[in-house]
Amino acid sequence: MTTSLNKKIDDLLRQHPDLKNITPFVDANATTPYLKDESKYTRKLCDSIEQAIKKCELRDGMTISFHHAFREGDKVINKVVETISNLGIKNLTLASSSLLSCNSALIPHIEAGVITKIYTSGLRGKLADAISHGLMENPVHIHSHGGRVKLIQSGEINIDIAFLAVSTADEQGNANGVSGKSQCGALGYAMVDAQFAKKVVLLTEDIVGYPNHPASIRQDQVDYIVKVDEVGDPTKISVGAARITSNPRELMIARYAADVIEYSGYFKDGFSIQTGSGASSTAATRFLENRMRAKNITASFALGGITASIVDLHEKGLVKRLLDTQSFDGTAGQSLGKNRDHIEVSTNVYANPASKGASVDELDIVILSALEIDLDYNVNVLTGSDGVMRGASGGHCDTAAGANLTIIVAPLIRSRIPTVIKKVTTLVTPGESVDVLVTDHGIAVNPNRPEIAERLKAANLPIMTIEELYQRAVSLTGEPKPIEFEDKIVGVVHFRDGSVIDVVRQVKD
Amino acid sequence: MKIKKDAMAGTLESSDLLVKVSPNTGIEIVINSDVNKQFGDQIRTVVDQTLNDLNVTDGLIIIDDKGALDCAIKARVQCAVLRGAEEENLDWSKLL
Amino acid sequence: MKKIRRSMLFLPGANAAMLSTSFVYKPDSIMFDLEDAVSIKEKDSARLLVAQTLLLPVYREHGIETVVRINALNTPFGLKDLEAVVRAGVDVVRLPMTNSAEDIHELEAHVERIEKECGREVGSTKLMAAIESALGVVNAVSIAKASPRLIGIALAAFDYLVDMQTERGDGTELFYARCAVLHAARVAGIDAFDVVYSNVNDDEGFLKEVSLIKKLGYNGKSLINPRQIELLHNAYAPTAAEVENAQKVVEAAEEGERKGLGVISLNGKMIDAPIIARARKVIELAKYSGVRKEF
Repeated sequence: MTTSLNKKIDDLLRQHPDLKNITPFVDANATTPYLKDESKYTRKLCDSIEQAIKKCELRDGMTISFHHAFREGDKVINKVVETISNLGIKNLTLASSSLLSCNSALIPHIEAGVITKIYTSGLRGKLADAISHGLMENPVHIHSHGGRVKLIQSGEINIDIAFLAVSTADEQGNANGVSGKSQCGALGYAMVDAQFAKKVVLLTEDIVGYPNHPASIRQDQVDYIVKVDEVGDPTKISVGAARITSNPRELMIARYAADVIEYSGYFKDGFSIQTGSGASSTAATRFLENRMRAKNITASFALGGITASIVDLHEKGLVKRLLDTQSFDGTAGQSLGKNRDHIEVSTNVYANPASKGASVDELDIVILSALEIDLDYNVNVLTGSDGVMRGASGGHCDTAAGANLTIIVAPLIRSRIPTVIKKVTTLVTPGESVDVLVTDHGIAVNPNRPEIAERLKAANLPIMTIEELYQRAVSLTGEPKPIEFEDKIVGVVHFRDGSVIDVVRQVKD
Repeated sequence: MKIKKDAMAGTLESSDLLVKVSPNTGIEIVINSDVNKQFGDQIRTVVDQTLNDLNVTDGLIIIDDKGALDCAIKARVQCAVLRGAEEENLDWSKLL
Repeated sequence: MKKIRRSMLFLPGANAAMLSTSFVYKPDSIMFDLEDAVSIKEKDSARLLVAQTLLLPVYREHGIETVVRINALNTPFGLKDLEAVVRAGVDVVRLPMTNSAEDIHELEAHVERIEKECGREVGSTKLMAAIESALGVVNAVSIAKASPRLIGIALAAFDYLVDMQTERGDGTELFYARCAVLHAARVAGIDAFDVVYSNVNDDEGFLKEVSLIKKLGYNGKSLINPRQIELLHNAYAPTAAEVENAQKVVEAAEEGERKGLGVISLNGKMIDAPIIARARKVIELAKYSGVRKEF
């Protein structure tokens, strides 16, 4: 400090003792030492995941997060956890926006105590099976996409370090999923983690010139950037969930769903829709095209996981804007990169009930799937009827709550398993948010929506009560015996507002 | 009806089942099913009833069920037994 | 009301998953196939599977007629098939490769014997003849008239075209057979079914063929994919304009009757009995199938 500044500070503090915490100026780069030399261009770049982890000072007991936009093609989650494991760090909370079959490699790290707590939208495959059978001491916390942001905001999920796979990033961390080699499209989940995590590490195959654009994740949110060989395999994004069907039964359900939409009272110019990723739901989009043309109406927006069939309607001018939080296939990802009215939204904007405005609130119609639906229209999308976790909460309860018309599509029977049952094994979306059930055997309307039932009956659609659908199912399959569970709770299901709506117990074998 | 040789009927496709029968002293039934937790008891009842109607008192019966409905279970068990018993003349009143 | 038969959905008799779910597509008739769709070594298993499936109450509950295509009686399988399905309560037995009235008489004798043996009402098993050869087409009238149990005759193209030394094309190759079979059905007062359209991904071609056979006067068609059912039913449904016109005709006829008019006219055109009968049929069909949708 210079003598003259020293005296000025002394005078200031004498006259204004309340300013005792001020910092006297030292030099131009006191807080930005990297500006003194060329390191400003490389200060965020790390040689390896290990180096990034060390720079972030990851310690036992912290929370790490990931996004799942690459779905079954993800190459980051397993790799980072393995690296952490090799560093001997333990007792971590894993908060991935979701986990899929590809994450079965996490099992040994859970067994070894590297990961001791999990927050996720869903679980599939061997990992789901192991956790359902009691792999973990702590129950896994299941949340919806909107509910995850709420849990982060409220501090229940407190992310120390977010490891975010992106397709390209520049040296400052401006990043997106729509350029470079391995593209995942929208980064709706990652945008939230980038905003809330204490430290943000980007993993990318391609570090591009500054400034990278568009910047789904912006430089002011990013601490470190690691170049890796691969972040994900985009061809596997659409495996499992999103697919196009030629199955006549799924097509029939899709046609019924399109009929329900057409005659529901919500099929008007400027309507909005979300179709999800199930086979029937995706196929319903195709049936809508001709109906929209015939009635000369267009949709104002389509929301959510965006698929190729929604992009097709958009490019034909039938859907004005696409609000995309997760691109469900390569076509959707490419569209996000090139179509001006295909807009990326964070899951906070998409569905968080505690955000200042969620897009699901503006939604007219949503088509959703179900593993089970009961006589009170409660829906289970998480556990199979054998009690084992094999699905995801996703945006199910978020969109069902927000939309004016919630349509569930499902075959009445899967092999011998009835979809309509007396009581759902696990409650994810409460029946009060569900309006219409479309099955291959008939359509049931929630009694709290009599006006919709009237409209659909008037259109000669095969309307049955849900009790009749249940009777039909068990007349073919027989009455299923209730599954037996152990006492131990292996999963806690959160509703979108963070409250606990159900628990999952360990299955008995 | 006497099971004289090893025989099979059905497939391992979803909603179907594969039934294998072999000669044996006494009856032994093994059922593996995708839907065992919810329908194991019902499947066993149908299998027992079907074998009983065919008067099968000896045989090893191994079933791999992929969520078949009762009508398919009955038909596949009947077919495997008839094949194993090399039975040509059927008493339809026992089969339907 | 007479049973309406527009769609007859073929199902391979050995496929367990399809047999127990296909009624959801609501065809007018479901035809379980024990013949061409089943390999020689699965004839016995398919026969048992179809027989057990026929016992499900769902078909009757849905008003879906059950049909079984048995193997020809001169094969080792035909009579065994018949024994099984008549006892299992099938609505209609479809005989393949029917060449003459004698084929039907032979079948009928067996059916009657089985009905008596199993205590089923004699005459309750209906029959259908599939015409698949030049000889069958030439004998179509006598075949169609061979038994009161016959509810229809069907043209099947594959073997017929081999017999005729030609192949499937634009429809010219089937021109005579279609007309002959249809005439025979009408002479006998039974239904006529057209051939399957095997390219399931060509909706346009399918609808073109449906349009042709509907104009000829066929009751319906054999189908191999459930997706074709809705298309077929819709093509057979009267248009909104047809229904509206039919209602006007019926109203004018009723008014004329009330007023005791001898000659009734609508918009300056005379309406006679066949026109009124046709109009009533259109209204009845519209009630059954709804009005044609534009896709």
